[in-house]
Amino acid sequence: MKKDTSHINSLENEAIYIMREVAAQFEKPVLLFSGGKDSITLVRLAVKAFYPAKVPFPLMHIDTGHNFPETIEFRDRLVKELGLELIVRNVQDSIDEGKVKEESGRYASRNMLQTTTLLDAIEEFKFDACIGGARRDEEKARAKERIFSVRDDFGQWDEKNQRPELFDMLNGEIELGQNVRVFPISNWTELDVWSYIEKENIEIPSIYFAHKRKVFLRDGMIWSAEDDVVYRDEDEEVIEEMVRFRTVGDMSCTAAVLSEAVSISKVVEEIRDSTISERGARIDDKRSEAAMEKRKQQGYF
Amino acid sequence: MEVLKIATAGSVDDGKSTLIGRILYDTKSLTTDKLEAIEKTSKQRGYDYLDFSLATDGLVAEREQGITIDVAHIYFSTKKKSYIIADTPGHVEYTRNMVTGASTSQASIILIDARKGVIEQTNRHFFINNLLRIKDVVVAINKMDLVDYSEEVYNKIKADFSELMSKRDYQDQNITFIPVSALKGDNVVNKSEAMSWYKGAALLEHLEQLDKADIFNAGTPRFPVQYVVRPKTEEFHDYRGYAGKVYGGDLSVGDDIIVLPSKTRSKIKDIYFYDEKYETASRRSSVTITLENDINVSRGDMIVKEGDIPTIDKQFTANVCWMDSNQLTAGGKYVIQHGVNKVLAKVDRINHKINPDYSGIDKEATGLNINDIASVTFKLNKPIFYDQFKNHRTNGSFIIIDTQSNNTVGAGFIQ
Ligand SMILES: Nc1nc2c(ncn2[C@@H]2O[C@H](COP(=O)(O)OP(=O)(O)OP(=O)(O)O)[C@@H](O)[C@H]2O)c(=O)[nH]1
Ligand SMILES: [Mg+2]
Repeated sequence: MKKDTSHINSLENEAIYIMREVAAQFEKPVLLFSGGKDSITLVRLAVKAFYPAKVPFPLMHIDTGHNFPETIEFRDRLVKELGLELIVRNVQDSIDEGKVKEESGRYASRNMLQTTTLLDAIEEFKFDACIGGARRDEEKARAKERIFSVRDDFGQWDEKNQRPELFDMLNGEIELGQNVRVFPISNWTELDVWSYIEKENIEIPSIYFAHKRKVFLRDGMIWSAEDDVVYRDEDEEVIEEMVRFRTVGDMSCTAAVLSEAVSISKVVEEIRDSTISERGARIDDKRSEAAMEKRKQQGYF
Repeated sequence: MEVLKIATAGSVDDGKSTLIGRILYDTKSLTTDKLEAIEKTSKQRGYDYLDFSLATDGLVAEREQGITIDVAHIYFSTKKKSYIIADTPGHVEYTRNMVTGASTSQASIILIDARKGVIEQTNRHFFINNLLRIKDVVVAINKMDLVDYSEEVYNKIKADFSELMSKRDYQDQNITFIPVSALKGDNVVNKSEAMSWYKGAALLEHLEQLDKADIFNAGTPRFPVQYVVRPKTEEFHDYRGYAGKVYGGDLSVGDDIIVLPSKTRSKIKDIYFYDEKYETASRRSSVTITLENDINVSRGDMIVKEGDIPTIDKQFTANVCWMDSNQLTAGGKYVIQHGVNKVLAKVDRINHKINPDYSGIDKEATGLNINDIASVTFKLNKPIFYDQFKNHRTNGSFIIIDTQSNNTVGAGFIQ
């Protein structure tokens, strides 16, 4: 019997329902793929939702050019194996075209710059729905998101005026030029995602597992010293540690955590006992109290 | 693990967000970085206590004004259960967001400020909770620290609230009273020493022992077709699968079914979940079904068991919660979304407006203003297949969409 009993099953059933609503209600949906565990989970859910037919929308990666090399390798292999269509748009191109300006200094990151590249790509392809892997448990502004979240012509989120969203009825009616951000795993926690990856035996990039890495410490966080996009002062000492990454965003703003977790079951255990949040290792959220909300208003995922 | 979805309710400043923050703090569910952020902000503002509402009030405007504007969904777990709490706003202006949070919850916590007692907004939120047929309601009488933890105050509020209870429509709703102080932590996670006169359970203890009630109540199976799966590959050349979520009851291979609206008969051939076949699909599972006969089925159609069909009609009457600043009036045209089905609808008449303070109805009402609740009859451009809300939550509810703005402007519960 196909059941909805356990928590993780009901989350899966809900996410599949949302994927199908997207395919049915929109003309040109796209799945925003970052190469991280959440978007890998989304791909798995999309494959399951439409089987034995193909996933009826492409994936799109907004490449900051600062990705962990493992993520890119992984991405290309995944789309090939699953026969999916992949669109890549580069932040570097937006910089070269003079649309955005590269940040400089200690905390320079391309995380903010992604938004412009994303909004341009949405316009280029006339996407009307963008599926993303954001979860409500990640961050306090994200806790306020709807599952279907309307963005205006400028990609902006009107957080004080969201549509009511009742039961599981999703209203995807929009005007030309608007688009909807869709979050099928809104109600999943970080632990749920990892439990699902374990249960489904989903392959994920190696940087999520503990490995030896040259790192340096700053602001109580651990930064990779192996990649030159991470800014390091001369006097910041390089040491070698067993670490893993909990999120794999832009390398320049994603810190590592000390870890011995070399397998998925060990990662699940570690998350269960963790006393800091997933985004505790993201410097982009620490810029200010309202960093995420501001980015979202401007069109960030 | 069992999941319990809860929504908060009650008037502005009654302490809903503080209560949730307190639960998170006392169950050690706040991660170190989040706790540090709360400590830092509380200190900056010169408070000599931790402002736990900062744990859920995530928007800048909310933190500046010290009120909740939109629902925050908060996740935490104990050894026994996983909890999803929707912290909803108390302000009248944001009632639509309160309804959003409450619609998917099976239990709710209505807060009352012990100094103020039962007020208009308490009535309204209780009314909505009852309209939504939420199974378990906790009435948390909060800020007991400000009334010297007085048993008399508690008893007075309890008596006032009980009067409302006697008038409610859905009488089977379970209601429990708990005196608390969200700020100080009395009877939230830990039993209060200051209120030894209260013999019942603390809030969390009470929630831990609630039965797992299925909010999408059991009944008869309804399968609204969401999406038609046609692979058109060599391997699955003739495959035509109907993807959707099963509501109300189970569906099994071999069941005699009827497809609505065509009323074509067939049998369930296979039930797929991804690449596996199952004998039965239980309710709330997102499956793909194939039928014995090659018939024409499309999105918005509904597959039901023979002998168990819903009402098929081009007109119905419902209790409507109006959520838009533009009035709803007789003759108004809207799109009604019933499950995954969309139809054009015209307001035939407003039968009466309901006073959410249980003081009666207004039969003369000609228009609905924001936050009004009323009995409304609609006429549709084509039939839908519905059940009464009290028998079938999913198949008995709908949303109203404005054809100009595309906004969701109301919600309805079919009578
Ligand atoms: N003394 C005392 N103050 C409390 C208690 N609970 C909440 N407060 C205070 O009451 C004020 C409002 O609390 P909130 O938690 O923001 O209220 P709310 O119900 O979430 O308000 P809205 O979301 O805007 O409807 C804050 O200043 C709290 O510190 C309590 O038990 N005792
Ligand atoms: Mg609040």
